[in-house]
Amino acid sequence: MIAMLFPISHSEISPIYLAVSGFLIGIMGGFFGVGGSFIAGPALRLVGLDWNFAVGTDLAQIVGKSVVAAKRHRALGNVDLRLGLIMAFGTIGGAEIGAQLIQMLKRAGNVNFVVSIVSITVFTSISGFMLWEGLATRRSQKRRGLQGKRKDKKSKEDESAFDHIAQGVQRLKLWPMITLPTSGIKSISLWAILFVAFIGGVFSGFLGGGAGYIRMPSMVYILGIPTHLAVGTDLFEIVISASYGTFTHALKGNVDIMIALVMQTGAAIGAQIGAIATQYFTGPKIRLAFVPLPLFGAAIVIYTLVTGHKI
Amino acid sequence: MKAIPAGTVRAFLVELVIYSALVIAYFFLVLHFVANWINEFEPRHIKIYAVVSIGLIVGQAVLLEIVTTWLMRRLQGGRSE
Repeated sequence: MIAMLFPISHSEISPIYLAVSGFLIGIMGGFFGVGGSFIAGPALRLVGLDWNFAVGTDLAQIVGKSVVAAKRHRALGNVDLRLGLIMAFGTIGGAEIGAQLIQMLKRAGNVNFVVSIVSITVFTSISGFMLWEGLATRRSQKRRGLQGKRKDKKSKEDESAFDHIAQGVQRLKLWPMITLPTSGIKSISLWAILFVAFIGGVFSGFLGGGAGYIRMPSMVYILGIPTHLAVGTDLFEIVISASYGTFTHALKGNVDIMIALVMQTGAAIGAQIGAIATQYFTGPKIRLAFVPLPLFGAAIVIYTLVTGHKI
Repeated sequence: MKAIPAGTVRAFLVELVIYSALVIAYFFLVLHFVANWINEFEPRHIKIYAVVSIGLIVGQAVLLEIVTTWLMRRLQGGRSE
């Protein structure tokens, strides 16, 4: 494959490899509402980029991709604007903490090892959790079907095995309490939303991308946001958080914007396909289809960590 | 899972081919020249580089979205005629 020189990150990468990676990541972003950093970061590591550049550059390409995907989800009515704007405050704070951690590791000279270990742990945990929850929800649906206890179609499609957790969080009376009419939540503590956003922000700044892999499930399971709204709102959220992440990582010399621009050419069309595909799947099925993706990312990181080679 | 109409899949495949050709042209006409400028600019003005990076990626995203949407409309219009 023809390699192109990227002087900012001192790397030589095939533009076709970047565009195809972007295309696959774009489909994931549009479909699952995640930035795809569990594939993008490892994909950049696989061609020899240090983790600090993989994280910063991934954040940059996600800004563009998320603008496209969030706009599409907004048109489909999948975005809770109020929730997204509130979450932005928590995410930006978390993203800065994550970026500072990367800087500390870069200075200490062990950024590649530490981020690899953390990413493998996070990615495999997410897959395991999503698999377990998805199967539990489907079992619960089948049981209810046999008992003849039929719920209305919408709630059946979107129910979760963790509904009791979301209900508990919504009952927490920690002032100030707010209402999210678009998500159908009558009362929830502002701090619960900010906490979920902050944790997502830390992961975003530390592992790159929008951290939709942790924010989207958290929105569904902890805050009780309907899956389709969680997907769209998460993408809207990623636009804001990834923009800040790109800015702060660029100041720290961790962004090669040319790599991001080439990746984004593929991601634009992938995001369009992914967003439309969500109309053909229900909540639990979307979550089950998500399961192998972080595992694939973890496998790539293990490969680069064990062999020390790039393709 | 709802059935995905065959026409939609076909439209996406056609769009993919046309889009790939456009992206290759864009790559050589625009990105090739932007690369030189950006590479010289980044070490000297890091703060402006950070802002320009976001502007470039958002600008490109919007541009590509307009292109893909236009392509989709053309293809869907062509089918219905």
